[in-house]
Amino acid sequence: MTVTTSGPLPTGPYDVAIVGAGVVGSAIARRLAHHPRLRIALVEAQDDVGQGTSKANTAILHTGFDAVPGTLEARLVREGARELAAYAAESGIPVEPVGALLVAWDEEQLAALPRLAEKAERNEYHATRLLGPAELYDREPHLGPGALGALHVPGESIICPWTTTLAYATQAVRNGVDLHLDSPVEGAARHDGVHHLTTPRGPLRARWLVNAAGLHADTLDRLLGHDDFTVTPRRGQLIVHDKFARALVRHILLPVPTALGKGVLVAPTVHGNVLLGPTAEDLDDRTATNSTAEGLDRLREQGRRILPALLDEEVTAVYAGLRAATGVDDYRIAAHPDQAYVTVGGIRSTGLTASLAIAAHVTALLTDAGLDPGPERAPAPVRMPNLGEAFPRPYQRPDLVAADPDHGRLVCHCERVSRGEIRDALASTIPPRSLDGLRRRTRAGAGRCQGFYCGAAVRALFEEAQG
Amino acid sequence: MTRHVDVLVIGAGPAGLAAASRLAAGGARVEVLDREQRAGGVPRHCAHGGFGTPLHPLTGPACARLLADAATRAGAVVRTGVTALDWAGPRTLTTVGPEGPENVAAGAVVLATGARERPRAARLVPGTRPAGVYTTGELQQAVHLYGQPIGSRAVIVGAEDVSYAAAGTVRAAGAEVVALVTHLPRAQTTPARALDARLRHRIPLLTDTTITELLGHGRPTGVRVRHRDGRAATLPCDTVVFTGDFVPDHELARRGGIALDPGTRGPAVDGALRTSHPGVFAVGSVLHAVQSAATAAREGTHAATAVRDWLTGAAWPGGVPLLADPPLRWIAPNRVTPADRLPYVLRTTALLPRPVLHVTQDGRPLHRERPRLRTAVPNRTLTLTARWAHRIDPEGGPVRVTAG
Repeated sequence: MTVTTSGPLPTGPYDVAIVGAGVVGSAIARRLAHHPRLRIALVEAQDDVGQGTSKANTAILHTGFDAVPGTLEARLVREGARELAAYAAESGIPVEPVGALLVAWDEEQLAALPRLAEKAERNEYHATRLLGPAELYDREPHLGPGALGALHVPGESIICPWTTTLAYATQAVRNGVDLHLDSPVEGAARHDGVHHLTTPRGPLRARWLVNAAGLHADTLDRLLGHDDFTVTPRRGQLIVHDKFARALVRHILLPVPTALGKGVLVAPTVHGNVLLGPTAEDLDDRTATNSTAEGLDRLREQGRRILPALLDEEVTAVYAGLRAATGVDDYRIAAHPDQAYVTVGGIRSTGLTASLAIAAHVTALLTDAGLDPGPERAPAPVRMPNLGEAFPRPYQRPDLVAADPDHGRLVCHCERVSRGEIRDALASTIPPRSLDGLRRRTRAGAGRCQGFYCGAAVRALFEEAQG
Repeated sequence: MTRHVDVLVIGAGPAGLAAASRLAAGGARVEVLDREQRAGGVPRHCAHGGFGTPLHPLTGPACARLLADAATRAGAVVRTGVTALDWAGPRTLTTVGPEGPENVAAGAVVLATGARERPRAARLVPGTRPAGVYTTGELQQAVHLYGQPIGSRAVIVGAEDVSYAAAGTVRAAGAEVVALVTHLPRAQTTPARALDARLRHRIPLLTDTTITELLGHGRPTGVRVRHRDGRAATLPCDTVVFTGDFVPDHELARRGGIALDPGTRGPAVDGALRTSHPGVFAVGSVLHAVQSAATAAREGTHAATAVRDWLTGAAWPGGVPLLADPPLRWIAPNRVTPADRLPYVLRTTALLPRPVLHVTQDGRPLHRERPRLRTAVPNRTLTLTARWAHRIDPEGGPVRVTAG
């Protein structure tokens, strides 16, 4: 198992290099790892997997009911949702099938609901149902006054985005993929049928190249001579509310898109919090993951209308993510067989849901273009530590605590993270390289006190493991 | 498996330990649970003085040890590293520790779960999310318990007692305090302490100033600040400490459905520290985030009497609500019975020069008192005696406290 973070990159050519270890790149690496003969590199600019759009999103496993019918995205979301639900169950990724309600607050939105139901039909999603106000308030008693009705989409689920990316990458690495972190690709050229990628850690060579660079996919694409699309980072600010807010909402409450734009959603998370967001701000700066006073004010104002009691609960976290918008309502996946190169660009907020289907699609594009993957063998399944509140956490399992008392020693009290979980994460296949990475793997420090009680203790455990 | 004790105290800080000491000395079987590895609560990491009494001054850690030793000597069982998770009955709690899960049932439960500072996110301070952003609690533990390095230049948000304590910790860690920043027009500590920081340690105090943005990826590079008059500036720093703005750690109280006071957000209690649930008491900073360790310990001791009465069959009076009218922010205790003797603590949202507190019930004046503080300031404690409590009508309406 190879995860590198420093020193020169291996000199021998890989069969395939995947640039970008987000949810999409990691899924592609995992899929290609079904072919033991392939030598695969997963190359990531940052110090951990899932550090871009994959870590800061709304954490929803979509049905694809509202995709643009007939697009590649619509098909991949539809297929990916089914595959990911099955994969999550097998791998211990927390998923809760809470369902979504598109809540109409005015006549225009109410009139849009039947059209959305028809769109869902065209996307082969047949379970939507229109609800009147009585049934709506019955299902969501804390909803603010004035809702006129809703479209119920029972198949929409919530999922842990961090565990998903980590599961893919872990399974990939355990099945022979080399993960190179802290390796930003700064140049790319192809000579004699081999791609030469330039990184601060030296060159990396590969016969086939997959561009899953997310917000930077267009930059890499241009290095290879293509000018097919431009990524405009669309910032989404989100507010995470205290676990006490979880009882206020049962479904994902989605806005009804209208000509005036899209509102914000209120959604429970599998970690037991409630999300409010996102904003949608088109920016130029691909590093602008900062929140703003105006953005937070606007979210709070909209949240107050949707779920008034939400604003009485404490805010646990605020974050902002950038989605890779490209000006077209579809993914930008393109094979360039002459260059032994596949671009996987413009993967927007549905990328988490579609990730496994994107991976299968990209694998097919590679083989169609001439990659000989060799024999196929299903990789050994992974079992990820459970971060979901709907499933027993280690401290709630007497068998685990009896076998390992460290699971009864809680370090992070707000999120009830045991010393055993922290120890295991620090010794895992892809260990965290920062406290943020540890938090995404365990929830340590992600709770309402944000480290008031446990911050120093968690840092001590982390530093001890770094030696 | 359920184990039985006479009194179960949740939280081994000053309030919980003081209650346990007094009750155990009186012969009760008392167990104290604390989820931390060491007993003592917040004073464990307050490496500064100001604890103990004027005649016997102590540092926080010494005070924590003294209280824990006293409880153990009195016969209380103090179990650390054990977390009370939830309620399994009116006075039964589910717990977990290295020995596994266990239910503990008690004749009386004393909640002493303390308080925490609101972190950056809860204050909705915009900007990036760099490391190196602390609360005082985390900072003190990092520096005093773990010897961890912090940055070299720290901005401290707040100018109340805890903010000055945080400044001391920053200096003890060998770092420089760039400034204390408060949105209020003055420091909220003793004039002597404010002057000492400014003149002896040359720490600038920025009043009427708010933090509008955190800057920097990875590590902070600075904070943007804005003065009430509109002037803005960037303070370069690599560490930011959010101090004060305490909230009660009321998770167990809320999980148990115990009534909270809308002002303090902690359990509503009467002068005997009785909550809305018979047999469940609450003491210390969960009631009034926050007061000194001495106040918390005094409450713990005070509660012991009512706990003993309850265990020997006393009734559970409801009391009438005690309300603090604006600009007073809250009062604790916040219910009152005629037998109450415990002094009250209050907070104000606005500066009140030479305040006079008036206590009335249904328009009937009960009491008038001039507090010791010359000027009431937000984030500083005002006190009110309970000398008037016997005059209330237990069947009457809410008792109101107003500042004149």
